[in-house]
Amino acid sequence: MPTTKTERVEIRQSDDVVRVRQQTRTLAVEVGLSLVDQTKIVTASSELARNTLDYGGGGEVVLEILDQAGRRGLRLTFEDRGAGIPDIEQALKDGFTTGKGMGLGLGGAKRLCNEFSIASKPGEGTKVIIARWK
Amino acid sequence: MTDVAGSDIASLVSRNEQTILPEWLELQKKAGTLNTGRISEGELQSQSQNFLHLLRDALAKGGNDVSNPVYEPAKAMLNDLSRSRALQGFTPSETATFIFSLKEPLFNALNRDQTLSPEKIAATVWTTTLLLDELGLFTLEIFQKSREEVIIRQQREIAELSTPVVKLWDGILALPLIGTLDSQRTQVVMENLLQTIVDDEAEIAIIDITGVPTVDTLTAQHLLKTVAAARLMGADCMISGIRPQIAQTMVHLGVELNVISKATLADAFGLALRQTGRTVTRIKKGEWQAGLKPKAGEQGA
Repeated sequence: MPTTKTERVEIRQSDDVVRVRQQTRTLAVEVGLSLVDQTKIVTASSELARNTLDYGGGGEVVLEILDQAGRRGLRLTFEDRGAGIPDIEQALKDGFTTGKGMGLGLGGAKRLCNEFSIASKPGEGTKVIIARWK
Repeated sequence: MTDVAGSDIASLVSRNEQTILPEWLELQKKAGTLNTGRISEGELQSQSQNFLHLLRDALAKGGNDVSNPVYEPAKAMLNDLSRSRALQGFTPSETATFIFSLKEPLFNALNRDQTLSPEKIAATVWTTTLLLDELGLFTLEIFQKSREEVIIRQQREIAELSTPVVKLWDGILALPLIGTLDSQRTQVVMENLLQTIVDDEAEIAIIDITGVPTVDTLTAQHLLKTVAAARLMGADCMISGIRPQIAQTMVHLGVELNVISKATLADAFGLALRQTGRTVTRIKKGEWQAGLKPKAGEQGA
């Protein structure tokens, strides 16, 4: 799939979550997503960036603008080298959390996007890919 | 390589002060230290002279290692200089130029000195370079630290300034939130709101999130905690300013705010007035004009 623009943001501290949100919003505007879709992917990126920081111990996100036969979209890939998720199905369940949050972030991010995939190996890290199409 | 004692360099500085100082000042001026007008020529001259003396004293006491305690006075002076330049808006390189531009006059003085052997000159140049490099780095470090202090102070100011609690009517407060709700600021917000509820004996607090660009689960959680705390103190909370796109996103996210929420602050205020037994009514045109006119008896000359 041709990508027309790629950007990378490191997630090391809580300020970086704000930067991820801002970057996501800038690119979402560039792709031409509607205001509602912009808000959705920005919120999803905020959830996943915070997960990367809090549970993955930091990592990075790659933001890509995609062009598939004239249809544009935004894809975000979050990657960390943290503890990993032993049971992904459980992690996606609403209300489940190993931390202090509401337990809605991961499942919520999935519902906010057109595409969602997650891969994780305990002890090796987690990779979450989301995409929103125009 | 021949060892060079600090006292050798010290005596070199003493003997050549009359040429080193003007040359050094000239170089600093050429580098543009005075151009911005943030520091006067007299100030620069006294700073330079002062530092040259402190450096000479430290060298004379036998130190050519910056970590030696005899360098404390010189470092303290650099500390003040670097700090004040950071606050005056000098760039890092403009600040470091103060030290680095001293090299050339020192080396010139060395070269002019007929009594020294070439080996001795080379060794002295090397020692002096190391010394000044370290002092230059020290200056930069202080500069950086001062700038960071400024940033931290500004962050604190922003955190306090941007969370005012406004009184809309007797017993009705509004908290217009703006920007991101990271955890530290939320703490300030909560404290402000709870304290004002006590001070004003408020019954209703309206939290307006029109200025919050993204509401994610963490933001929602912070909001809910603030609401719960306000309730414990006997005040009802409302949330207003939820824009359509935020509402849709929150539904997808699965966040439920178990509080009364309204689209605009005006709606929430109207409801708050009704709940506290008040209404807003429009009065006839003639009546308010009459109300504004001073009564006949009160009219002045």
